[in-house]
Amino acid sequence: MAVDFASWRRSETAPCPSGGAQARKQALAEALAAGLLAGPAVLLLLALFLLPVLAVFVIAVTDWQFGARSLSFVGLKNFAELFADPVFRRSLVNTVLYVCIVVPATVGLGLLIALLIESGPRLRAFYRAIHFLPYMATLAAMAIAWEALLHPTIGIVNQTLASLGLPTPNWLRDENTVLPVLAVIGIWQGLGFAMVLFLAGLKAIPVDLYDAAEVDGADATLDRLRVVTLPMLGPVMMFVVIVTALRAFEVFDTVKILTQGGPAKASEVLLHTLYVESFEFLRTGYGAAVTVVFLFIVVALTLLQARILDRRVHYS
Amino acid sequence: MKPPGRRAFSWSGAALRHTVLLATSVLVLLPFVWMVSLSLKSPGEIFQASFSVLPDQWHALENYTAALTAQPLPRFMMNGVIVCGAILILQILVCAPAAYALAKLRFRGREVLFALVLVGLLIPHQVLALPLFILAYQIGILDTYAALIFPFIVSPFGIFLFRQFFKAIPDDLVHAARLDGLSEASIVWRVMVPIAWPAVVAFAIFSVVAHWNDLFWPLIAVRSEELMPPPLGVMAFKNEEAGSDYGPLMAGATLIVAPLVVAFLFAQRWFVDGLSLGAVK
Repeated sequence: MAVDFASWRRSETAPCPSGGAQARKQALAEALAAGLLAGPAVLLLLALFLLPVLAVFVIAVTDWQFGARSLSFVGLKNFAELFADPVFRRSLVNTVLYVCIVVPATVGLGLLIALLIESGPRLRAFYRAIHFLPYMATLAAMAIAWEALLHPTIGIVNQTLASLGLPTPNWLRDENTVLPVLAVIGIWQGLGFAMVLFLAGLKAIPVDLYDAAEVDGADATLDRLRVVTLPMLGPVMMFVVIVTALRAFEVFDTVKILTQGGPAKASEVLLHTLYVESFEFLRTGYGAAVTVVFLFIVVALTLLQARILDRRVHYS
Repeated sequence: MKPPGRRAFSWSGAALRHTVLLATSVLVLLPFVWMVSLSLKSPGEIFQASFSVLPDQWHALENYTAALTAQPLPRFMMNGVIVCGAILILQILVCAPAAYALAKLRFRGREVLFALVLVGLLIPHQVLALPLFILAYQIGILDTYAALIFPFIVSPFGIFLFRQFFKAIPDDLVHAARLDGLSEASIVWRVMVPIAWPAVVAFAIFSVVAHWNDLFWPLIAVRSEELMPPPLGVMAFKNEEAGSDYGPLMAGATLIVAPLVVAFLFAQRWFVDGLSLGAVK
C-alpha cells in the first residue's frame, strides 16, 4: 500500500519528460477507465456495506419498531436496557462460555491431528479429507443428523451409554448439557479447518531447523516438538485461535435448528438474540443495539487478527 | 516425500499414528454415517434402537422417494443452484474489474477505494442483516430471489483476493495488451482473469460453499417455500415432520449435504485451498 502511494505521488508531481500533454491525456484515460471499472463496486460497497453499518448505529439510538410510522431519538437507552436485560446477559455469558469451550478444544485437536498427519508419510490426503469434511458439509442438515445421534432413546450415544449402564441425559433438552453439546458440534465442525491451517504452518518450517536441533542433541520426537515445532508455530497458533474464536462467536445454525435458545435460555447466544429481537419481535432499535455489541466484539477480534497477520508477514 | 532430517518413524510410532487418526476419523464421520444409516431404515427399525449401520430391511427407496416428493426438495436444491450461481457470476463481474483498477491503474481515490474494501472485509455479514432487511422491504423485494442475492453481489474478499493475484501479473503484459489495441475492459477479461484463474476457482469454491450453506440470511429474506435454499428448506422439513419421521428427514439431509461432499472428494486440493483462503475473511 505504502509503496503504491509513493509511486502514485511521484507520477503526479514529476510527469515523464516525453511530451507532457500526451502523458496527461494518458493519465486522464486511465482515470476514466478506472472509474468505469471500479464504479459499480464502489457504489455497491457504499450501498451494501458502509451505509448499512452507519444505519445500524443510527437505528440503535432510536426506539423504532419495524413497521411503526414514527420513531424518536432515545440516546443510549437501548444499550442501558440491553445490559439490564437478564436474557441478553445470559446470551452474552453463554456465547463467551461457548467460545471458551470451542476455541481451546478446536485448536488443540486441530494441532494434534495436524502433527499426527505430518508425522508419517502414509494416508495423509485420506486423513486430511476426512477431518476436513464437516467444515464444508451444510451445518443446517448436519445439525439434524446430530439431533438423531443425540436422541434420548434411539440415538447411538444414549444406546451406548445405556448398554454400559450409564445415565442417559436428554442432551439437547437439559439445561446443564445443552451448551456443552452445542460446543461439541462446533468443535466437530471447526477442527478440520484448524488442522488445515496448522498443516500449512508445519510445511513452512524450514527443515534445517530440525537438522540443527538434532545436532544440538534434540533427538526424541517430543524434544523436537518442544524446541522447534511449537515455537515456530506460534504466529500460526495465534491466527488459528482468533479465526476459530470469530467463527465461534458467530454460532447460530445449530442453535436455531436444535434449541431456539432453550431450555430456559440455557443455549441463548448472541446471534440468536440478534435474530429474535430484530426479525421475530421486530424490535428494530433494540435489535440494532444487539448488532452493535456483536459488531464491536467481532471487529476487535478481526483487528487483532490483522495485526497478527501483519507480524507474520514481517517474520517471513 | 519425507523431507531429509525428519527421522523415519519407528513401527510402533506409525501404529500409534494410525490408531489415533483412525479413531478420530471414526468420530468425525459418525454423524454422516448415522445420517445415511437412518435414511436407509424403516420407521420400525429406527425405533427398535439397534447398533447396526446397515438395515435388516432396506427402506431406502421409500425414504428417498418421500424426501423427494412429499417435500419440494428438488425445488430447494434448484433454488440453491440458482442463488449460488447468480451470486457467483455477479461477484466476479463486479469484483474483477474493480480489482484490476486497484492493482494496475493510477487514479485519484485509489487508496480510499482500497480502504473501503478493507472496511468491508472487517464487517461480518450478520451485522448488515437488519439494515439490508429494511432496504429490501423498502424496495419491495422481500421474499424474492433478488432478496436472497442482492446483499452478496459485491464481495470485499473477492476484490481483495483478485487484487493480490492481479498485482503479481507483470505490468509489461498490460502494456503489451494496450499496444495490441485491447480496451481496459478486455484486458480484465482476456488477460487478467485467465492468468489468475486459480484465484477465480478458489474464490468460486469459497463463495459457493458459503452461500449453499448459509441459513442466516435466507431465514430473514424469504418466507415462501418455493424460494427456500437447501438449509432453510431442510429446517422447514424438520419442523413439519416434528421429528416423528426420521427416515425421509435423514434422506433429505443426506441429499442436501451430498453435492458439496461429492465435489469435495473429487477436488480436495481446490476445496482446501479455496476455503483456507477464506481465513482472512
